Amino acid sequence: MNLWRYLAEFALALVLAPLSLGIVNRVKAKFSGRHGKPLLQLYYDIAKLLRKGEVVGKGTTWVFSAGPAIAMTSAVVALSLLPLGGVASPFAFQGDFILCAYLLGMGRFATILAALDTGSPFEGMGASREALFGALAEPVLFLALLALITTAESLGVEKELSLSTLFNGFSPQAWLSGRPELIMLIFVMGVLLLVENCRIPVDDPNTHLELTMIHEVMVLDHSGPNLAFVLYGSAVKLWLFASLLTGLVIPVMPVWAHTLCSLLGMFLAACAVGVIESVMARLRMHVVPALVGLAGSVAAFVLILTLVR
Amino acid sequence: MFTHGECMETFLLALLLMAVGALLTGVVALRPVSVATNRTANFIGPASAAAACLLGAYGLFSGGWSSAESFILPWGLPFGSFALGLDPLSRLFLLPVFALGFTCALSGCISLRHCDPSEHNLGAHWLFYLLLLLGMTCVMTARDALLFMLSWEIMSLSPFFLIDFNDRDRLVQDASWVYLVAAHLGAVLLIAFFALLWQQSGSTLFSAMAMKSPSHVTALFLLALLGFGAKAGLAPLHVWLPEAHPAAPSHVSALLSGAMLNAGLYGLIRSFDFFGPAQLLPGWWGWLLMAVGMLTALMGILKALAQSNLKRLLAYSSVENMGLMVMGAGIGLVGIHTGSAWTAALGFSGCLFHMLNHSAFKGLLFLCAGEVLHATGTVNMTALGGLQRRMPLLGALFALGAASIACLPPFNGFAGEFVLSLSMIRSLELPGMEQKIAMLACLTGLMLTSGVSAAVYAKAYGMTFLGQPRTSAAVDIHALENRLLLPLLVPAAACVCGGLFAPWAFKMVQPTLEFIPVMHAGLMAPAGHVIASTERLLTHISLFGGAALLLVLIAVLARRALLARSGVKRGPVWGCGYQYGTPRIQYTPASFVEPASRIFGHVMGTTVKVTKTDGLFPDPASLDVDAPDVVRGKFYAPLFQLMERACNALKILQNGLVNMYILYILITLVALLIWGIA
Repeated sequence: MNLWRYLAEFALALVLAPLSLGIVNRVKAKFSGRHGKPLLQLYYDIAKLLRKGEVVGKGTTWVFSAGPAIAMTSAVVALSLLPLGGVASPFAFQGDFILCAYLLGMGRFATILAALDTGSPFEGMGASREALFGALAEPVLFLALLALITTAESLGVEKELSLSTLFNGFSPQAWLSGRPELIMLIFVMGVLLLVENCRIPVDDPNTHLELTMIHEVMVLDHSGPNLAFVLYGSAVKLWLFASLLTGLVIPVMPVWAHTLCSLLGMFLAACAVGVIESVMARLRMHVVPALVGLAGSVAAFVLILTLVR
Repeated sequence: MFTHGECMETFLLALLLMAVGALLTGVVALRPVSVATNRTANFIGPASAAAACLLGAYGLFSGGWSSAESFILPWGLPFGSFALGLDPLSRLFLLPVFALGFTCALSGCISLRHCDPSEHNLGAHWLFYLLLLLGMTCVMTARDALLFMLSWEIMSLSPFFLIDFNDRDRLVQDASWVYLVAAHLGAVLLIAFFALLWQQSGSTLFSAMAMKSPSHVTALFLLALLGFGAKAGLAPLHVWLPEAHPAAPSHVSALLSGAMLNAGLYGLIRSFDFFGPAQLLPGWWGWLLMAVGMLTALMGILKALAQSNLKRLLAYSSVENMGLMVMGAGIGLVGIHTGSAWTAALGFSGCLFHMLNHSAFKGLLFLCAGEVLHATGTVNMTALGGLQRRMPLLGALFALGAASIACLPPFNGFAGEFVLSLSMIRSLELPGMEQKIAMLACLTGLMLTSGVSAAVYAKAYGMTFLGQPRTSAAVDIHALENRLLLPLLVPAAACVCGGLFAPWAFKMVQPTLEFIPVMHAGLMAPAGHVIASTERLLTHISLFGGAALLLVLIAVLARRALLARSGVKRGPVWGCGYQYGTPRIQYTPASFVEPASRIFGHVMGTTVKVTKTDGLFPDPASLDVDAPDVVRGKFYAPLFQLMERACNALKILQNGLVNMYILYILITLVALLIWGIA
């Protein structure tokens, strides 16, 4: 029963993932006084790209061709470890957050290698930045997770700790039982969402200048089905981080209500990303580590507060 | 107590085979060098090494993995005895020795087959290779301090000759001397360590030494840490590694890095036996090991990030991995001291599991680097690029090794890292706020290390194998036939199987725990549960890894099916509309890590030398980015210079006048007489 429910939620997530990018774009358009592209634009794009042929760079190898497939798959597999819509993942196990983080790392590694395979200086630039920011974001994610884990252990949650116990209504419970410091994790997760998904203020996906980009410049040379994989993979990754964010906020409730609330949460998260993109400029490259460091220190602060109790 | 079975006999036979091989190659080495002698040596050496390794590996498995046997040869060393033993701890450390000994012997045989007899005497090379194997095997099995130190010396001395293979190169000579000094300073401390133990127990047998609880345990522990740490390459004793590994032939670097460094870790773990009951050990030992391990790992990986020389990068990454292993041992000690079975069992098993995994992928990567060197004549990544297209199989093998060492699922590196990170998660069981925070800080450090190592290996693989060739070195290559890469399949298979069949690989580590001297009986029962549940978690990981691989395959096939109609066209790479870029405008290894060096510059030690020119007829400008070892340049070099000056000052005594020397003798005699009367 649980398995089927989860599969339904998982399928819903996979289907709706591209919509969140549509919402981001619509919010940005409204802010700048435009009507904007259709909400379902990404679906049209993916459908179109899947039918097209591909142009690959001269001198590239299978590393370039397989990169997007690996990146997309790793995001999808990582998503299957998360609790979705209030249903714990049937695949959950103790310590699955480590696997989740490293699966995302695998996707990043494949994307970086695919970018380096083109031999283009622009893509090398993006790869170099992504490698650094990815390395910096990883400990921050773990600090946030550790804050949740130590809280769960000290509150005596006896179950084996997995993403499904930590991000499924646990955090609001903890706020109410005297751990309000966990609220600060929302900020940390928000920053991680922006960093990992390469949104403003870390990266500008829509700038006209390749020199200033991170993620988009790495995938410049992909086309056809591979570009569809890239777009879909990044949509799933955004959905994944937004799920982590909503998982911190939504309390325990019946499945249908939880599903509705998490969909609403996704919508709000996408709107928030859109608003941030509209009102902020991209940070200078060497300030980004400071932003990640800020998120890291907040997470460390929360962790120490939870330990002091 | 001293039982021996069939497996010990097989094992002794393997030792004998190594000795006979060494003898034969030694005889060949004494003959005047010619093509024929080199060819003979290049047959006898690898053949006996490979056969001995196979036989030894058979001996390891045949008697049951978890049994313990010991054996005393009635040969009687002076002051000691020829006591050998095989227990799971020895078996676990012998496994990489034999597996890599076999692989590297074959790979070395292939790469040396056209060696110029006027430059190299292969008889000598294979003699020392076999001696190194013999030394390592005896180190891991010796149960007597004297035999241990003897084998340790053989193991430490023979690499000097192996590293010095290209002895006409000034840098290679330097490297081998640095190695020799480091190895001997470490050995001196170990001799002091065993001498102290011998003095207190009155016997050189390990079993007798373990019976007695010695005094001055802290001094003993520090001696062991420094002595064994110098071999394992713990910071700041790591300086010999980045010199020795690039200088040595690659099959030697692979063996040194994948098997010999482990001897340091083995010695450290084995020496826990001699410090008396585990409960009485001071609690800070574990924390010291953890701190040293963590700092070594962070420094190692950041130094690796800065390197442009592929083999130097790999050497620094070995430093990092040895740091992680020592950190695991430290976690284990902390767990034992605080009575936490979870922390103790996973700390030690994570350390040992990572040791096995590291031997597999580091062996593979060094051998691949050797093939790159053979094909292009350089391992300087600034000159390479685009090798994936020219040597697809080699590239795929390197990619596999890189993915494993960057801890990406579903390969073996991730499984080891998973156990290590899991061991630190139950920090709440520790007493005291500072201990909890220290443990969690260590976990965060581990995550940073693995994040950076992904960047390091993206760089290593990307710069060497991907993109466009940066210089002609990477274009005009002597490509190898694929069948000559066959030996590399051994470590490659270990990388894949260690990840996809992680629970089974982990099972090999399990019986070892009982034989880790400090794991006392009280902890073993709960540790068994911990290990069983970890195995279950590793099953999940293997399943997920397998599923991810399958899905990737499906996605790749789906792409192929979608493209069946419209096909793939090749076009120029997008260069912002500029179509006349040359390979020289690609990102270089140095520019790839430039953003990182803005943050970690002090640790990475990147130095940038720019010569700018201007004027009407400018000279060529140049930019030189390097990352020399800071510890060597800022600490050891001044230290040794100081020592040299002190020694020079003493030259006043040695003035070459015979009558002065007679005066010294007279003064000494008189002084002794006075002392005797007094």
